[in-house]
Amino acid sequence: MPENKNNKVVLSAKNLCKSFGTVEVLHGIDLDLRAGEVHAVLGENGAGKSTLVKLLSGFEQLSAGELCLGVDGEGPAPLGHWDNEIAERAGVVLIHQEFNLAEQLSVAENIFLGNEISGVFLLDKKTMRAKSLQYLQVLHSDINPDSAMQDLAVSAKQMVEIAKAQAKNARVLILDEPTAVLTQQESQVLFELVDRLLAQGVAIVFISHKLDEIEQIADVITILRDGALVGHYPAKELSKDDMARLMVGREISSLFPNIPKPSVSDEVALRVTNLTMPGNINPISFELKRGEVLGFSGLVGSGRTALMETVLGLRKAARDNTGHVEVRGEQVCFKQLSSARDKGIAYLTKDRKGSGLLLEKGLAFNFSLFSLHKISRLFIDTKQEQAAFEKAIKTFDIRMKDSSIAAGNLSGGNQQKLLLAKILEAEPSIIIIDEPTRGIDIGTKSQIYHFIAQLIASGHSLILVSSDITEVIGLSHRVAVMYHGEITGVLEGDEIEEHEIMRYATGLKNNISSQTALSQSGITNAKA
Amino acid sequence: MPKLDLKTAGPFLALVIIFIIGILVNDAFLSSGNLSNILARSSFIGIVAIGATFVITAGGIDLSVGSMAAFISGCMILLMNALMDSVDSMIAIILLAILASLGIGAVAGLINGLLTTKAKIEAFIVTLGTMGIYRSLITYMADGGTLSLNFTIGDVYSEVYYGVLLGLPYPVWVFLAVAVIGYVLLNMTVFGRHCFAVGSNERVAKYSAIHVDRVKTATYMLQGICVAIATIIYVPRLGSASGQTGILWELEAIAAVIIGGTVLKGGYGRIGGTVVGALILTLIGNILNLTDAVSNYLNGAVQGIIVIVAVYLQRGAWRRD
Repeated sequence: MPENKNNKVVLSAKNLCKSFGTVEVLHGIDLDLRAGEVHAVLGENGAGKSTLVKLLSGFEQLSAGELCLGVDGEGPAPLGHWDNEIAERAGVVLIHQEFNLAEQLSVAENIFLGNEISGVFLLDKKTMRAKSLQYLQVLHSDINPDSAMQDLAVSAKQMVEIAKAQAKNARVLILDEPTAVLTQQESQVLFELVDRLLAQGVAIVFISHKLDEIEQIADVITILRDGALVGHYPAKELSKDDMARLMVGREISSLFPNIPKPSVSDEVALRVTNLTMPGNINPISFELKRGEVLGFSGLVGSGRTALMETVLGLRKAARDNTGHVEVRGEQVCFKQLSSARDKGIAYLTKDRKGSGLLLEKGLAFNFSLFSLHKISRLFIDTKQEQAAFEKAIKTFDIRMKDSSIAAGNLSGGNQQKLLLAKILEAEPSIIIIDEPTRGIDIGTKSQIYHFIAQLIASGHSLILVSSDITEVIGLSHRVAVMYHGEITGVLEGDEIEEHEIMRYATGLKNNISSQTALSQSGITNAKA
Repeated sequence: MPKLDLKTAGPFLALVIIFIIGILVNDAFLSSGNLSNILARSSFIGIVAIGATFVITAGGIDLSVGSMAAFISGCMILLMNALMDSVDSMIAIILLAILASLGIGAVAGLINGLLTTKAKIEAFIVTLGTMGIYRSLITYMADGGTLSLNFTIGDVYSEVYYGVLLGLPYPVWVFLAVAVIGYVLLNMTVFGRHCFAVGSNERVAKYSAIHVDRVKTATYMLQGICVAIATIIYVPRLGSASGQTGILWELEAIAAVIIGGTVLKGGYGRIGGTVVGALILTLIGNILNLTDAVSNYLNGAVQGIIVIVAVYLQRGAWRRD
């Protein structure tokens, strides 16, 4: 890695603020991006990393603050209007986590998409193809410019994204979790590419949750927490433990309502043994006891939702999966969610709008959809349906102007309570809830914690998947932490603590491969 | 507070207006012969359209119904003619043909359903393909000409189309029965609810423990059975089948469904509306027959305009929500 202390500032941000409506989500961030430097941005989920890079790349407009751009060796000068188009023309390019590629077109066509070279009337395909080849060669890539995008591997697609950035003469390249979709070898290829880009004087912003990657390639680390700047640090001065500590930062116990944790029985409600998910090498095992809250922590993309949905039959397990699932000692294999429901399991999806509620349908329609079998023989008993719905409105305190509105017109918190009412109406004994409080206000949040506490008190067993580490700690008897599609640890008692969870969530610690941990936590893993 | 719901009442209002126009155009319009003729003719499209209401409500589309009807007609005629030599009872032959017809309809629907759900091909493509296949099969079976039903059976069977009960032709009673069953199925059963949910958002349906593939396949089978029922009352009308049988039925059926207020993108369907839609389409044809103001050859154009206007009004009502 070259030393770049004297390199020129390419893009400089001063006191950046961003508000959505009346809520400020980013509070006064300063940032200097220098040519030939990898600038890592670190923070927990929701710390403001994505918002920050969207401001830098013009996808969102500043609410306050200033961006300055250094041009041709001149010092940075303040910018006027800044949007995505202007940013790209100025060479500030964001590569999204989900690629922006036209799958049906060729590599060359993608590289020049929206940027086409044309003759008098027709596209100059020859020049575009030649230039594409040239860009790809600079990246030491042997991708054929004529290949169709859809035939390329994920890592090759990423390469095309970077070549596309080069076609725009990128001087600042922002990579938003570029390695989330890559294997380890592919990541190494990417890092070599980053080195070559640095040598050409490109400034790179690198977002990743994987601390060992940050340690490997970052020159400067900026840490964000709750939308505010924690600080800028030379990468050499921070250990990975320091990074985790700085990301988390606060004492968390005071924020959380004190929920009594009744004792857990020895009876196993749900046991998953050696389940293999597609794309993962290591099978996963865990168990949930009756009356227990088992928290699942981990960073976004660590595979928690995929795991739950595979257990429930919403996703297919890997072809070579040999593992199995037991519900109260009985071996099951769910191919449909209805089979899981009939065994007394309910699932609260994290995607409230996309897979939870029919937004254009009425409230009662949504409420009874998961439990229609309960109220119908030949016909649906609409009287019983209405009565159950009215009862649920009271129990779950669902507030609305009038009960004939569509579900999409409810506020987020009330939608979430309706969704909870919907799945609990099936009277499950095992409940898997995924991100139960995402995007809802603090009042409704505490109501939902209250419902969860009631469920535990009445003998239900619960899996809580959440990226909100405070609620995982506050509610769980045990916490399983996932990293990269594996459970890296199951924490109990005093171990359930934010820094410790973060160490497992970022892959710093993995106690599943050690035999002692296995017998203690009741976890078995094929790796052992 | 009761208020006029234009979305629900719209198709019915349109029917009333067209009916009044009919009265004004020609005195013969109100004759009982003409009215029962209108009802009998609307039965074919109406019954097919009730099946289409399920398919469209659940988010699908079936373009194969017209050629499926022609194919089933051909199969029935060939079967009945073949049975003439071995079976003595005309009634038994006809009943066997009816059973065969229902069976072929259900299997044809099953094929459409499985190709859309299991092979994951768009319904538009699947049914465009089967539409071509059935159309070609009937042409082949008739050797490019016309298949005719044996006259002896035809005489007995014609009762099904021309027979009258309580002043109404049998096809009208069949139409009514299919409509009532369809209404109950769509609005009062779990299956009906699931059709709405699947058409509204398949993902949410899946996460609500609904067997999405099974529901969709069942709608195509229902559609196939409805086509078979329509064919059963259609064959005795002419006693023949050819490559021209059932031409454009798919468009008329879809038009009836859409005029009736069912949403083409799925999630919302109305059997009552479909019945009204089928009546409107037949009325227009009938009125054009009774008047010299517009050529009868422009029937298709008028129907087309009505469909476009109906969807435009539907969209407008949608946006105000």
